[in-house]
Amino acid sequence: MTNYYGFYTLLLREIWRFLKVSIQTILTPVITVLLYLLIFSSVISSSRQMLPGVNYLTFLIPGLIVMAMLQNAFANSSSSLFQSRLNGNVIFVLLAPISDFEIFAAFVGAAVGRGIMVGAGVWLASCYFAMVPIKHPVYAGIFALLCTSSLGALGLVSAIIADKWDHISAFQNFVIVPFSFLSGVFFSIQDLPPFWQQASRFNPFFYFVDGFRYCCLGVSEIEVGTSLKVGLLFFLLSSVWALGLLRKGYNLRT
Amino acid sequence: MDAVRIENLSKNYDSLKALDGVDLTIAEGAFFALLGPNGAGKSTLINILAGLTRATSGQAAVLGHDVRKEWRQARYKLGVVPQELAYDPFFTVREMLTLQSGYFGLGDRNRAWIDELLGTLGLEEKADTTMNHLSGGMKRRVLIAQALVHCPPVVILDEPTAGVDVALREQLWEFILDLNRKGHTIILTTHYLEEAENMCEKIAILDRGKLVANASKDKLLSRYTWRQLRLQLLPESGLSLPAGLVDKQEAAPVGELLLRLHREDDHIGEVLAALEQAGIRFSDLRIHEPGLTEVYTELTGGRVHND
Repeated sequence: MTNYYGFYTLLLREIWRFLKVSIQTILTPVITVLLYLLIFSSVISSSRQMLPGVNYLTFLIPGLIVMAMLQNAFANSSSSLFQSRLNGNVIFVLLAPISDFEIFAAFVGAAVGRGIMVGAGVWLASCYFAMVPIKHPVYAGIFALLCTSSLGALGLVSAIIADKWDHISAFQNFVIVPFSFLSGVFFSIQDLPPFWQQASRFNPFFYFVDGFRYCCLGVSEIEVGTSLKVGLLFFLLSSVWALGLLRKGYNLRT
Repeated sequence: MDAVRIENLSKNYDSLKALDGVDLTIAEGAFFALLGPNGAGKSTLINILAGLTRATSGQAAVLGHDVRKEWRQARYKLGVVPQELAYDPFFTVREMLTLQSGYFGLGDRNRAWIDELLGTLGLEEKADTTMNHLSGGMKRRVLIAQALVHCPPVVILDEPTAGVDVALREQLWEFILDLNRKGHTIILTTHYLEEAENMCEKIAILDRGKLVANASKDKLLSRYTWRQLRLQLLPESGLSLPAGLVDKQEAAPVGELLLRLHREDDHIGEVLAALEQAGIRFSDLRIHEPGLTEVYTELTGGRVHND
C-alpha cells in the first residue's frame, strides 16, 4: 500500500514552499551565477582553448549550470526540512500515513525541481554571453537529475543531523561550496598541479561537471561513462544515507 | 473493538524509565482523561500512539492496528492535537489544512469538511491568513482543525486548554464534547483537574511511568474516603473537643473548627450531637466532599506540578 496522494501532496508542498519565496530561491542564485560568468569571462581571455575547440566561456557555462543545480538542490531540502524541525511543524508530516521513502522522494523531488529551475535559468541567461549547445539532451537530463537528487538527499542528511542553523551553513560552506569550486567548474583539472589533479578525482562533483559538460559540448576531460557511473554511485550512497537516517527516525522520532 | 489497547508498554531513555510496563485499554466512544504530573510519561504514551516515539517494549494499537506493524492504518484512525503551538510559516490556514488533508490521501472531495471545520472552529475570517499573524488561541484552534482534517475516529488532545482564556476554553470544551457525542473517542491530557472531573467519565493517572489509577470517575472519587467538616464558631462557643473527635481535628484559622471525617464510619449527625454536648456552638457549617484533586494528590505522592 502506497500513499501516492500523500507523497504527491508533500512534493507539492515542498515545491510550493520554494516558489513562494522564489526571489530568494530562484532569482538570487541565477544572478549570483551570472556575476561569476561576468567576472570570469572578462578576466580570462575568451580565446583560450580549454578543451579541443572549446573556448573559456563555452567551457565555463556548463560548469556553472551544474554548480547552480548542486548548490540549490542541497539548499532546498536542507533548509526546508531543518526549518520544519526547528519550528516543530515537521510533526504534521510525521503524524501522517506517509512512509520514510515517500518523505525522502518528496523532498528529493522538490530539490530536483529547484535545482533544475535554477540550472535552466542560468542556461537561459547565459545565452546572452554565448550560445552553449546541448548536444546530448537526454544524457544532460540524466546528469541534471543525478546531481540534483544526490544533493537533495545530502541536504536531507544535513537537515536531520544538524542541531542548529550553524551546522547547516557549516556543511554548506565547508563541504558543498569548496567541493563545487574545486570540481573543475572554472578551470580544467589538467591545469592543476599533480596533487590537486589526483585529489579532484575523489571529488564526486567533478564527475557531474565533467559529465554534464560532455553532454553540452561533446568533449570532456574524462570518459563520460565513468562520470555516469560515479554519479550513480554517489546518488546511491547519499540516498542510502538519507533513507537510513529516516528509517532510524534519527532526530525525528525518539 | 478498543479505541486504544496498550500492553506492557515501556520506554527507556538511557537510564530513565519514561514508561514502565503500562497496560491500558480505552473503549470506543469514551471520553478519557490521562492525568499525571510533569514527566509522568503522558506525552511519551501519546507520542508512541502517534508514531512519534518508538516503544522500547510492549504493544500499542489504535482500533486494532498495531502502531508499528500497521502504522499506516493506525495513523489514519488517529488525530493528534500537539501541545506545542507548531505551525508552518509559509502557508495560510486554509492551505495548511488542505495540505494536511492531502497527506492523508484526501483531495478535493474533502474541501467541504475543511470548510465545515473552519466554520465550527470560528476560523473562517482567518482562513487566508498565515499562522504567524494569529493569536495563541487562534493557533490552538488551527491545530485542532488540523488534527481533525481526516475525520479520525480517535482524537488525542495533549493539553488542549493550556494557555487558553476562559471564553475560548468553554468553546473548545463544547466542541470536543460535541465530537464525542458524534462518536469520536476523545483522549486528553490536562493539568486542570476540575476540567477532567467535569468532562471525563474515565480517568487514568500516570506517575513516574506507571499507571497508578484507571477507573471511572465515580469509582476513583469514592476511593478517597475522607471528607472535611468545617464549622464557623460563635464567640460564646466552648473550645474543648469531645474525646472521640480530638484526633480528627485539623489546623484551621481562629474562629473555625476543621474536622477530617471518614465517609462511612463517621456519621455527621452523631458528630454534630457530640459537639453540641461538648458545648461547641457554631453559626455555619460546610462539608467538603473530596474531588479529583485529593485523589490525584494522594496517588501521585502529593508532588506539586509546576506549569
